[in-house]
Amino acid sequence: MRSFGFCGAELIALGSGALLWPEQSLLVVSDLHLGKSERIARRSGQMLPPYENTETLTRLEADIDAHAPSNVLCLGDSFDDLNAGHALSDPVTEWLTRLMAGRVWTWIEGNHDPGPLELGGTHLAQQSVGALTFRHIADLDACTGEVSGHYHPKASLHSRGRTVTRPCFLYDNTRLILPAYGTYTGGLRSSSAQLQTLMQPDARAILTGASTVEIPMPRV
Amino acid sequence: MTDLPQPITDWFTSRGWAIHPHQQDMLDAAQSPSTLLIAPTGGGKTMAGFLPSLAELHTAPRDGLHTLYISPLKALAADIKRNLRTPVEEIGLDIRIEDRSGDTSYTQKRRQRAAPPHILLTTPESLALLLSYEDAPRIFAGLQRVIVDEIHALADSKRGVQLVLGLSRLQSLAPDLRRVGLSATVEDPKAIAAFLAHHPQPTKIINADPGPDPDITMLQTEEAPPWSGGGGRYAIPAVLEQVKQHNTTLIFHNTRAQAELFFHHLWLANEDKLPIGIHHGSLAREQRVKVEQAMVEGRLKAIVCTGSLDLGIDWGDVDLVIQIGAPKNVKRLVQRIGRANHRYNAPSKALLVPANRFEIVECKAALDAAKEHDLDGDPRGPGPRDVLCQHILACAAAGPFIAEELFNEVTTAGPYVNLSRADFDRCLDFCATGGYALRAYDRYQRIIERNGKWQLRDPRSALQIRMNIGTIIDTEMLKVRLKSRRGGAPLGEVEEGFAATLTQGDTFLIGGQIVRYEGLNEMTVEVTRRASDNPKIATFSGTKFATSTQLSQRILRIFQQNDWPDLPDHTSEWLKLQRKRSKLPEPGRLLIESFPQDDRHYTVIYGFAGRNAMQTLGLLLTQRMEQQGLEPLGFLSTDYATMIWSLQPVVNPASLFVLDNLREGLEDWLAGNAVMKRTFRASAIIAGLIDRMTRGQRKSGKQATFSSDILYDTLRKYDPDHLMLDITREEAMKGLIDFGRIEDMIARTHGAIDHLQLDRVTPLAAPLFLEMGRVPIKGAAEERLLVEEASALMAKAGLE
Repeated sequence: MRSFGFCGAELIALGSGALLWPEQSLLVVSDLHLGKSERIARRSGQMLPPYENTETLTRLEADIDAHAPSNVLCLGDSFDDLNAGHALSDPVTEWLTRLMAGRVWTWIEGNHDPGPLELGGTHLAQQSVGALTFRHIADLDACTGEVSGHYHPKASLHSRGRTVTRPCFLYDNTRLILPAYGTYTGGLRSSSAQLQTLMQPDARAILTGASTVEIPMPRV
Repeated sequence: MTDLPQPITDWFTSRGWAIHPHQQDMLDAAQSPSTLLIAPTGGGKTMAGFLPSLAELHTAPRDGLHTLYISPLKALAADIKRNLRTPVEEIGLDIRIEDRSGDTSYTQKRRQRAAPPHILLTTPESLALLLSYEDAPRIFAGLQRVIVDEIHALADSKRGVQLVLGLSRLQSLAPDLRRVGLSATVEDPKAIAAFLAHHPQPTKIINADPGPDPDITMLQTEEAPPWSGGGGRYAIPAVLEQVKQHNTTLIFHNTRAQAELFFHHLWLANEDKLPIGIHHGSLAREQRVKVEQAMVEGRLKAIVCTGSLDLGIDWGDVDLVIQIGAPKNVKRLVQRIGRANHRYNAPSKALLVPANRFEIVECKAALDAAKEHDLDGDPRGPGPRDVLCQHILACAAAGPFIAEELFNEVTTAGPYVNLSRADFDRCLDFCATGGYALRAYDRYQRIIERNGKWQLRDPRSALQIRMNIGTIIDTEMLKVRLKSRRGGAPLGEVEEGFAATLTQGDTFLIGGQIVRYEGLNEMTVEVTRRASDNPKIATFSGTKFATSTQLSQRILRIFQQNDWPDLPDHTSEWLKLQRKRSKLPEPGRLLIESFPQDDRHYTVIYGFAGRNAMQTLGLLLTQRMEQQGLEPLGFLSTDYATMIWSLQPVVNPASLFVLDNLREGLEDWLAGNAVMKRTFRASAIIAGLIDRMTRGQRKSGKQATFSSDILYDTLRKYDPDHLMLDITREEAMKGLIDFGRIEDMIARTHGAIDHLQLDRVTPLAAPLFLEMGRVPIKGAAEERLLVEEASALMAKAGLE
């Protein structure tokens, strides 16, 4: 894990890809994409190993157990689509309900899951906590303190003939973008035009994984 | 004896030709259900295959498809079309001949389906695609003969397996179908015959006169080859001299990277400006076509090449084949040599150039084997199940089928003769439901049994199934282009993994030029020309062949000679010194040497199991040593030895070699292994678990697509007995992991280990110190690397 200051808040980037805000006892995860394999099967007939919900929730549960947050915020695209959300198997729904019990749980809407589900918790388009605003997709015109997901950023580090690519957090003075937390998710390179436009020249990347190293945001 | 129809005989006579005895044999065997012809290159093999078809079509003219010709190369099919049309036109036969491949136009393809030609020339993939159409029964209903060219090359690959599954399908659509296989010289004709056969019917084997033995020698140079390495650079002056003395020379290399390096240095030394070209699979198509054209027109004196020139097209007047580096495999050597001198009755001429001192022994072993016609080949395992899964889906795309019938059909194909019904059903279940322990997809089944017949649940999925047909899985390649405003000239392709290691300013070799990496634009590697002498080695396509078992055994037998009068003095002195200081490895025993050097303890295992197996052995042994507290630091493997260095000495090597422990270690190690993930990806695409990706798809939608590595990890964790993991393990065991040869090595030596503890490095071990490819023992290493590099970057940027 790595602590960093962002718009006056002391935050911690966890190796798992979750964001922790100890002062608010808040855990934030983005882009869980639950129900992805079900959606792919429904849409294209492809039958991927149907274990991504189990894997994603196992990791989420570990983070919740380790940090015991009072508040959990899922930053959008929590479900691969609304049908996938409705089609979750009973064990998965029960598991989620168990995780939600006793905490304030917020679902931010994403482009994949733009409406509420019958699961508990609060459904919001965006939410402000202290100086920070949480929304799914970064708003180009946003003022400072915006925390978002959506892009699944990843970054590469080259060293002695080896290249290590990992999902990453990106942040600058005004904006923070979280990596995707879901198991079946790909990534968008930090060098892509969209991310380059969003982030200021002095932006940094924190790579997920055991060491959570921080580097200047790779630009090429 | 079957006579040829008069006009065909007349045509032969008018050309001043007589038909070869094996061509007559093929005519006589025309009614045999399955025939295999084994003939050397230049023996009129293709004509032998087609003569019965021409005769039949002359005697009994008819409409519709009569003969299907299948070759592994598109170019070969096009070549044959030209060569076959000439006699057909001159004889005045009313026979329509067309080819069909991925390059054939849409209109042409439609027309071919509506009104098939008499003779259709195609590839295994195009056949599989044709068979997946609903109208396949109509297209193939009257088919009489199928000719499989270069069947020896197909029999070793999944493409060939897919092809014989296709033949089993064809046989049901056209019960009178007769099969013909055309093969170069092979080690085991019976195995190829069984591969081709419609079981339980036999295949008749016809052997053509193999022609005179080739004239093969080892190149003698004034300078002794270096102690290690694989480039053969020392031999460049001698090679140039040979090129001058011959009309056209083919210079074969074992890897593309070596071909590039050799070509580069050849040109630096080419003072006479001899026209010499380069040809390998990573070059842009435009570049290859240019070289091929120049070759056919006789404008090139020599061509530096790799396996991409191994197959069949006639490149004109080649009178010398040079093999740089030990051939690793005798069969391939003999087939390559066959490329020289296509005149039937003249011996082909070839030169072997050992790249280092050890390879002198290896080349000698290969020469002996070639002279004794002792070809090597690995026994072919049972038919791969990923190909079977694809076949089942393709059959469903063509129309409903009964499981029992398809099973009976599939088991007439050579590779699947012993397939159990249970294994078949497991593949069928995988195609239907994904085959998961967690049965999550009952609603979305891909194929479903209705009224006893399996069919697509959603007929629209036929399109997706057809798009995924084929068993060739390209590594992800990126195009390389010269950087310019209007999109510069394409130079070729490099592996995505190689491109990822480049940073701006790095130089590498491609198509004989040194280029400088400028950046990645979309999915293209942009480079500029650069005149520098020391390119970063082009490591793209690093597949290295492992020395075959037979060749390894021959090397061990050469070691047992008292003296080596056939070898150059420097080499025999070297072997004698090894015998004096230590021991030479023996066929039935395992030699292990331990000695100290540079404050470390070195252990060398002379396993002679081939590069891939020795690499796996290195990984497994270091793992065992780690457990035993011997503190291994790293290891290195070649075809014949693995050298490990550690902080503690190895005292009791036998304890490391317990097969069960090694096997157990293998399972753990496989979990995170990149080779396994690559193998998984290939099989998952073939079996239809994941879709083949087109270039366009890779360009877009990056967030939505995720790596197949994630699927592999997830499956291993939650469904370890899944069919795809079974297939992956089976593939890896015989391929890059090659654990089978480690098992053979242990069985061969029955635990007879000679462990010599010596005070210094031995003559046989010394060259290993110069070899590339050291593998550090990892674990915490990657994280440490990240931390170091990150702080360096932050410091450079003036942060923290």
